[in-house]
Amino acid sequence: MAVVIPIDLDAAMRAASAAPDALILAGGTDVMVEVNAGQRRRALDSDTVIVLDRVRELRRWSHDPERRTVTLGAGVTYTELMTEPLASLLPALAEASRTVGSPQIRNAGTIGGNLATCSPAGDTLPVLAALDADVHLASLNGERTLPVGQFMLGVKTTALTRGELIVGVTAPVLRGAQGYAKVGVRNAMVIAIASACVIVDEDCRDVRIALGSVAPTIIRCPDAERHAAANLDWDRGRATPGVAAEIGERAAADARPIDDHRSTAAYRSRAVALLVGRLVRRGFPDA
Amino acid sequence: MIVTDTRTGRRPGTLGDSAVRPDGVAKVQGTFSFSSDEQIDGCVFGATLRSPHPSARIVSIDVSGAWKVSGVEAVLTAEDVPGNATYGLVVADQPVFAADVVRYVGEPVAVVAADHPETCQRALAAIRVDYEVLEPLLDPEVAIRGEHPDIHPDGNILRHQRIVHGDPDATGDVMVEGTYELGMQDQAFLGLEAALAIPEPGGGGIELHIATQWLHEDRRQIAACLGLPEPKVRLVLGGVGGAFGAREDISLQVHTCLLALRIGRPVRIQYSRRESFVGHVHRHPARIWMRHHATTTGQIVKIEARFVFDGGAYASTSSPVLLNGITHTQGPYRCPNAVVDGWAVRTNNLPCGAMRGFGVVQACFAHESQMDRLAEACGLGAVEIRLRNAMRTGDTLITGQVVESVAPVARCITEADALPLPEEPVGGRDGDPMRLPGGAGRTSDAEHVHRGIGWGVSIKNLMYSEGFDDFATARCRLSGGVVTLKFATAEVGQGFVVIAGQIARSVLGVDEVRLDTVDTDIGSSGSTSASRQTWMSGGAVDAACRKVRERLFDHVAAQHGLDPLRLAIDGTDVIDTMGTLRLAVEDAVMGREFDETVEFRHRPTEDLDENGQGNCHTAFAFAAHRAVVDVDAELGLVKVIQIATAQDVGRALNPLSVLGQIEGGIAQGLGLAVMEEIVRNAGYVRNASFTDYLLPTSLDMPEVVVSLVEEPDPQAPLGAKGVGEPPCISSTPAIVAAIRDALRHAGIERRLDRVPVRPSDIAL
Ligand SMILES: Cc1cc2nc3c(=O)[nH]c(=O)nc-3n(C[C@H](O)[C@H](O)[C@H](O)COP(=O)(O)OP(=O)(O)OC[C@H]3O[C@@H](n4cnc5c(N)ncnc54)[C@H](O)[C@@H]3O)c2cc1C
Repeated sequence: MAVVIPIDLDAAMRAASAAPDALILAGGTDVMVEVNAGQRRRALDSDTVIVLDRVRELRRWSHDPERRTVTLGAGVTYTELMTEPLASLLPALAEASRTVGSPQIRNAGTIGGNLATCSPAGDTLPVLAALDADVHLASLNGERTLPVGQFMLGVKTTALTRGELIVGVTAPVLRGAQGYAKVGVRNAMVIAIASACVIVDEDCRDVRIALGSVAPTIIRCPDAERHAAANLDWDRGRATPGVAAEIGERAAADARPIDDHRSTAAYRSRAVALLVGRLVRRGFPDA
Repeated sequence: MIVTDTRTGRRPGTLGDSAVRPDGVAKVQGTFSFSSDEQIDGCVFGATLRSPHPSARIVSIDVSGAWKVSGVEAVLTAEDVPGNATYGLVVADQPVFAADVVRYVGEPVAVVAADHPETCQRALAAIRVDYEVLEPLLDPEVAIRGEHPDIHPDGNILRHQRIVHGDPDATGDVMVEGTYELGMQDQAFLGLEAALAIPEPGGGGIELHIATQWLHEDRRQIAACLGLPEPKVRLVLGGVGGAFGAREDISLQVHTCLLALRIGRPVRIQYSRRESFVGHVHRHPARIWMRHHATTTGQIVKIEARFVFDGGAYASTSSPVLLNGITHTQGPYRCPNAVVDGWAVRTNNLPCGAMRGFGVVQACFAHESQMDRLAEACGLGAVEIRLRNAMRTGDTLITGQVVESVAPVARCITEADALPLPEEPVGGRDGDPMRLPGGAGRTSDAEHVHRGIGWGVSIKNLMYSEGFDDFATARCRLSGGVVTLKFATAEVGQGFVVIAGQIARSVLGVDEVRLDTVDTDIGSSGSTSASRQTWMSGGAVDAACRKVRERLFDHVAAQHGLDPLRLAIDGTDVIDTMGTLRLAVEDAVMGREFDETVEFRHRPTEDLDENGQGNCHTAFAFAAHRAVVDVDAELGLVKVIQIATAQDVGRALNPLSVLGQIEGGIAQGLGLAVMEEIVRNAGYVRNASFTDYLLPTSLDMPEVVVSLVEEPDPQAPLGAKGVGEPPCISSTPAIVAAIRDALRHAGIERRLDRVPVRPSDIAL
């Protein structure tokens, strides 16, 4: 078994193209669990591991004040996302990061890994979806950028092709309240059984709502978003409990949850309705 | 230098001191050697092929593929078991390897040994087993009604036992009833099953290093399956990373020995977490119906109950677990009349057996839920109803047995009630979201949260019951100023390794105590379970030390021409209580060695008759828990804020150890209350990993405030009662009662008759 430890993106891409079936290892917090559980034995046999955590370009992030965007390298960790100034630039992403795992997991786990795994319960994904973030992919054949909604295709399936790497994501810096909330059966270190992100764009008087763990992949809630934009009191920054609850109900109507060993479809629908309503109320307090 | 505590006059390291356990630092620093750390040169690895079906006939097994994998050294199936084909703690009904049928998902079918764990996995994948899948028996009621063909030659009923006491036709003016359910809880010890077997050259014997709860019982079953005489099987205790009942049954012991004997080299097997979930027994899922009759003033008149325990595929300890459940129907309360029907049945679910609380956890959730309903029906508070019925020493149980133990039930309740309630308001004072239900998920704001208070009080039998010859052996050697203790007591985390030394220091006035290897070279100590080792092995160590002390006094008395009865230990000296002689124990021993081995027994118990009457238990311990819980009623999320507890401990021989048991037990009780369950579907396990089998983390643990109720029990050799099980028994119903109370404050009525309580049970 060969272990390739590239230190720049070019070398990483060359390695990925030379061994398109290689096991890509970022923080390892998803991959090593699979390896230990025996689900990745094949990949290990496939003889190459490409380790990304020294790749300079992937570890960086940058803020473009002019275009009002932040571009995150795929190797940026949750702990970094929770730290200033990033935490203030992308507050919902910081909030989502705080809900992830334990300190050890947040130190190791990366946003690129979360995207590539593409679990319906991935905690950064509803935020990236609500932000309409762009995902940058690269291989020796070239670079491409996809809206995150087109990158995530289903349960643990993405638009990533063989030999291609996630380089990073670009998300807008917005004025307005942002929040993320997740329900799990434990007070920490738990997989979401339902989650929601609400992002307010005050400049455009626009609200974006995304839900996790209630469909094969993250969903946006266009009906609830339109209803929110039309019914929130933008001038005074307020919402009646009734309006907030209605936005929640409309969001939940778009959910397609299932019963599984973690919870029931009925509970998940109820939970996302409440979470969205509460997040709206946090952004638009007292009626 | 040894300094005596000037406040207590107690010598450090003696009884009553919170002495630091000898394995403590190593465990915290990560240098302690657990059984999974044991390595030996030239060791071969073993792995187990398991049934993928809850019920199937084995049509054929073809192992030839495994032999083609290079590095494979042995492949064994049922045909290769030289001795008994089956084993079991109570009855030998569980096959070493399934031969003709498999009866649960995860049942062992074959084992392999190879040069590397990876090779083992490949070899297992190459074994072809043809199964004819059968309709599984999954519903215990179907088993009771006899509507399913026998899934085992011993039949589908593991035990049926009734209790009829007093006037079965008595009725009360007030009646409350409910049907309660408990999910399957896993012991979830952190140190996975691991064993190392070293064969004797020539294959005439074997040495097994194993993390277990009871070396001698393991040896009995292993030797029978290996077809070896017991003396040819030596067991050495490996470092045990938790047990909670899950190491009482055989898991990998026989397999590891068989492989090692077959290839004549040391073999190691270690389970993965996924495997561990099917590789050991669990807490019985149960369905319990109870009806309480009472006077209008809340006095219990009669209890009717029906218990159904799902034992899974094999008997394990289902029979005594059921006995424990039904004989604790009344809880720690007086009850003159009772009619109880108890069933433990066989199904194609995972086998169930011992887990901390052993049947009483199930009974307690039911009787405590009932007590709250009774309180409500009588217009009384939760504390008042319990005080009015609180059991006392001398009361008669529904088995006709008189409670001779110290029974400070009322005191436990009033002391717990007097402990301060948490001062912090809902959500805490500093805006930390971790103080709210939903925690890190940031789901809840203080406005969504209601606080509730709930109670749970328990009675638990200590030691083994129903006529079992329950004993422990200990050897004490005094030589120079040093005591060496030997026993076969399994240290599974409870802290016997520190208590044993404290006993010797107190009895013999020495400072240095060495603990010999824990193995089968001495007689049995019985199991580290049933809250019994401080009483039993502690009793044995105490008796052995006292016998040595007698010999020492005889020796000193002879040398000084004194009556040995005048001699006593004072600090680290032997003194003449009626004269001036004082000499250090070390000097008194001078060149001599005293060596005594003692077997300690508790008083005998009896079987129950067909009406469930008989003195089946030895002694009892009691505990009261008060839970304070914050609940987000809409989302159904719970944050336990505080548990206050007063526990009847007899005498706290090591208060720090007692606190450790109390806090740990509460964590396990909290787990059962709100998150821990092996989720099953049609006999298959859905969450065999710590990703989905959720255990409480430090962020889920509440503040625990404790009052130790110390009334030394005259029956107990050291006055101390077992303290391991009570904390996890009544904490569960207390938390659930607090959730119901919080919901009431939110204007919502929910019965919450099933644990663990899921968010959907609250919210929908
Ligand atoms: C105890 C524990 C708790 C957890 N809790 C949470 C939680 O609360 N919320 C949550 O969302 N997740 C959680 N996770 C899952 C995991 O931590 C996250 O999904 C994390 O973001 C994965 O990132 P990583 O860098 O560790 O990825 P890795 O494990 O290294 O890789 C994950 C996948 O992404 C691929 N990959 C990684 N980087 C790239 C790249 N640049 N280009 C192409 N492919 C790439 C890998 O090949 C692999 O398939 C938890 C995991 C554990 C073990």
